[in-house]
Amino acid sequence: MNLIWIALITLGVIGAIGAVILFIVAQKFYVYEDPRIAEVGEVLPQANCGGCGFPGCGGFAEACVKASSLDGLNCPVGGSAVMEQVAGILGQTASAAEPKVAVVRCGGSCSARPKTSVYDGAKSCAVAAATSAGDTGCSFGCFGLGDCEVSCDFDAIHINPETGLPEVNEDKCTACGACVKACPKFIIQLRKKGKNNRRVFVSCVNKDKGGVARKACTSACIGCSKCAKECPFDAITVENNLAYIDYDKCKSCRKCVPVCPTGAIVEVNFPPRKEKPADAAPAAKPVAPKAETPKAETPKTDAPAAPEAPKADQSNNDSPATEA
Amino acid sequence: MSKKLNVSLSPHVHSGHTVGGAMYGVIIALIPALLASFFFFGLGAVVVTLASILSCVAFEYLIQKFIMKKEPTICDGSAILTGLLLAFNVPSNLPIWIIVIGALFAIGVAKLSFGGLGNNIFNPALAARVFLLLSFPVQMTSWPVPGQLTAIGSDAVTGATPLQLMKAGMPQDFSTMDLLFGQIGGSLGEVSAIALLIGFAYMLFKKIVTWHIPVSIFGAVVVMSLICGVNPVEQLFAGGMMLGAIYMATDYVSSPMTPRGMIIYGIAIGALTVIIRTLGAYPEGMSFAILIMNAFTPLINAYVKPKRFGEVVK
Amino acid sequence: MLKTFRLGGIHPAENKLSANKKIESLELPKQVIIPLGQHIGAPAQAVVNKGDKVKVGTLIAQASGFVSANIHSSVSGTVAKIDVAPDSSGNKRPAIFIDVEGDEWEESIDRSDKLVKEITMDSKAIVERVKDCGIVGLGGATFPSHVKLSPPPGSKAEIIVINAVECEPYLTSDHQLMLEKADEILVGVKILMKAVNVEKAVIGIENNKKDAIKLMSEKAADYAGITIEPLKVQYPQGGEKQLIDACIRRQVPSGALPIATGAVVQNVGTAFAVYEAVQKNKPLFERVVTVTGKSLAKPSNFLSRVGTPMNQLIEAAGGLPEDTGKVISGGPMMGKAMPSTDSMVVKGCSGILIMQSLEAKRKEMSDCIRCAKCVHVCPMGLVPSYLMRVSELNMVEEAEADRVYDCIECGSCSYTCPANRPLLDYIRLGKGKVMGIMRARAAAAAPKK
Repeated sequence: MNLIWIALITLGVIGAIGAVILFIVAQKFYVYEDPRIAEVGEVLPQANCGGCGFPGCGGFAEACVKASSLDGLNCPVGGSAVMEQVAGILGQTASAAEPKVAVVRCGGSCSARPKTSVYDGAKSCAVAAATSAGDTGCSFGCFGLGDCEVSCDFDAIHINPETGLPEVNEDKCTACGACVKACPKFIIQLRKKGKNNRRVFVSCVNKDKGGVARKACTSACIGCSKCAKECPFDAITVENNLAYIDYDKCKSCRKCVPVCPTGAIVEVNFPPRKEKPADAAPAAKPVAPKAETPKAETPKTDAPAAPEAPKADQSNNDSPATEA
Repeated sequence: MSKKLNVSLSPHVHSGHTVGGAMYGVIIALIPALLASFFFFGLGAVVVTLASILSCVAFEYLIQKFIMKKEPTICDGSAILTGLLLAFNVPSNLPIWIIVIGALFAIGVAKLSFGGLGNNIFNPALAARVFLLLSFPVQMTSWPVPGQLTAIGSDAVTGATPLQLMKAGMPQDFSTMDLLFGQIGGSLGEVSAIALLIGFAYMLFKKIVTWHIPVSIFGAVVVMSLICGVNPVEQLFAGGMMLGAIYMATDYVSSPMTPRGMIIYGIAIGALTVIIRTLGAYPEGMSFAILIMNAFTPLINAYVKPKRFGEVVK
Repeated sequence: MLKTFRLGGIHPAENKLSANKKIESLELPKQVIIPLGQHIGAPAQAVVNKGDKVKVGTLIAQASGFVSANIHSSVSGTVAKIDVAPDSSGNKRPAIFIDVEGDEWEESIDRSDKLVKEITMDSKAIVERVKDCGIVGLGGATFPSHVKLSPPPGSKAEIIVINAVECEPYLTSDHQLMLEKADEILVGVKILMKAVNVEKAVIGIENNKKDAIKLMSEKAADYAGITIEPLKVQYPQGGEKQLIDACIRRQVPSGALPIATGAVVQNVGTAFAVYEAVQKNKPLFERVVTVTGKSLAKPSNFLSRVGTPMNQLIEAAGGLPEDTGKVISGGPMMGKAMPSTDSMVVKGCSGILIMQSLEAKRKEMSDCIRCAKCVHVCPMGLVPSYLMRVSELNMVEEAEADRVYDCIECGSCSYTCPANRPLLDYIRLGKGKVMGIMRARAAAAAPKK
């Protein structure tokens, strides 16, 4: 019995001494931290992707608390919902940032862009970029080795094995910009999502002269300026044999899409065009818009209802669309 | 030109070295010791060796194919080598079922659960040997007396090993020559120092291993023996010293990568072995010493960097 | 015991198929394409326009900055256009296209074969002439030679080290040049010695070129201060730092220039080009190119004009073999694999290597088994396997701490790796990133001082 008491008392005394030491240390080395930093951190996604430009969510929370206004501070992952919560905690108003999404500006799928050499190095776009201008005639296009896929923390971008091009899942994409930084060819850009997620963009970054570009890739922009002439809003400029659509001016009228001789201008998430019902006939309704755009971009717009349809649809409608 | 050319970064030529080549090189180097063990322990040694190799290869194939779901890599020879080394580390009269359990531990736990060849922290054969030693202490330490050519399993007459005799302070009825050639009791592959040294010479010649680890182990053993007051020659040639220093400690995956790191690692193994042998409860300390240092290998790799070009100015 | 560098190194199969093949002058092409960026540093600025008549040796592009080099026409004819042309990696770079008409040389060039031994110019004039003639390092790095011959203030050259080791397998252009132009090279070395005011020069030659060692040693007896150093065959002995270590037993400290050891290194081909520039007033517009390969009908050494299409050289050597898998500009260890043969000979092109498809394909890689072979062969004392891992994972701080910037990209690690890991592929990537960060840091720190 005695033994038990001795043990209990000894341990109790040791515990008490420890508690006193801990208390003193905690007092002595106490560092004041604004409790709101932790609160803001709570509502952030904690993905630590760095898309906001700060070192992780902790850094962003600190920046928000320290800043006098939330202008220019935006969590691309959480979007306006999270920013409003942050504003609520801090008693400020969140500046409205238009949601963005990653856009892949290369349409050089395996069929459109024949290989001219065989890349045999490490499976990394960055290494391939250091090796040569690419294994096709186009020295601007996508390598398809998936550095963007590796960089994505949200499982939102994947290389489609059929086209050899990355595809963005718009629902998952948070516009953190990791893939933009990872791409050695600067093909991926962050663009405004647009009204109803509808966008028109030039899916090519080839600056070669028309003939050279066309020879390397059937869906390359050849700088013919037809789209620029067609555009009623002066939104399209052609520079260095490459068309570019200014998104502040673009009204998504889609007039440029059918005039493009190579199909380099892509439209996404638009309803099917009325004048061409025959094209879309064999496919299910949700898939119909793809008839216009035989591009790598299209399947990402998939409605969950038709996961298999685009492949067949794409090949069926390839020719009418490019002729359009 | 219609032909598509290959494009990659330099260099465009390769030495032709392969993982399998290195593994089979070690296996070839082990052949003299294997023959010596057949000569001293006869049929028992053959059976144990075969059982160990076959079960290691089988476990590697089955686990990779059906549990890890990837292409089995049994052709690279690493499973054969593990099996061979495991057999070398057990007595020749060990029951087959125990060796199969050892093989399962070596391949399944010590190697593949860490991610396979290249990612294991401990030498699989050694880990299995220690596992067996702790699990089946009786079977693992009844050493058959050499010269029983047809004895299999428990038929063999057992006797004490030189290290056990030394530990117990008993009169020693063996000579240094016996130690050198292997006319002693002990684990299957560890008895003949000369056969193991022949293999070492072969590996050095083929540049499969470098001298750093074995030589620093031997050096440390001699120094520590003198400090502890035991006979350094006996310490060097008895027990698993040769086998461990030449084949187990030099295992690519679990040893440090830089020459300086290798020497630190070797010295620590040699010193630990003699300390365990003279002060510890077990007569043999080689396997424990190597496993302890295996655990320190990542630390050594992180802190010991190779000699840098430009440091030795003039 | 022959000297060599003291850390790491490998000995790949030498395969010097075109050894002792006489240097043949190649027929003039119909059109040459002369890129404006043939050297390290800023590309030159074109000074001719479409339709201009040029002669052999006419200045067609002017150096733009200190680290840059002049470019001269290698043929006579008319400038067809100034446009982009694919370089050896397929990237399109600006180049001058010249249609060949006849072979008319600038009058100022002395075309006779007579050996001119006497050096009349002073140090300053020599460096100026080297600069005017657009001479760059012909070993492959194409660093403008006049920059190397103007040691930065505070450093003093003590010795000229001539790189004649040709440690790359297959290549024989330097070897053959030594056999045919030994005297010219030695005069060139004397000129280099005068340019940087040193009394000593050492020519390092690997021991697999015994005939060149013998010839050069005999001839060098007539040239005071020049010694020939036979070296053990070991790759990468042609690396500047390794060569200095091998020849004069000094190691360049990390991050420093070779001049820190008092050595100025020049390639043997450069020494010959310097001779021609200074004594004959001939700009650099042609060079010896080895065209070789195991399946090639006629491995040869050609004297080729800059801008000659590679296809023409390959044709002259017997045409592209059926089993071609890879065409490399340079040697197999550090050369560049080309996506097509549509490129052209540039100043830095020491050879064209045509590999069979079987040997051209890389083998499947497997996990690192930590065998440390890469550590043992690294001539800079790095841990390539670790550097590859941190480069792959984009861990730039760790890569910098482990001195990825010291890598000379010799490829010994990838060559020796039993798991066929593309070590150098990734290390290059990490090195590029770390160097970029270091430069940015230096730029940020500079104005504060």
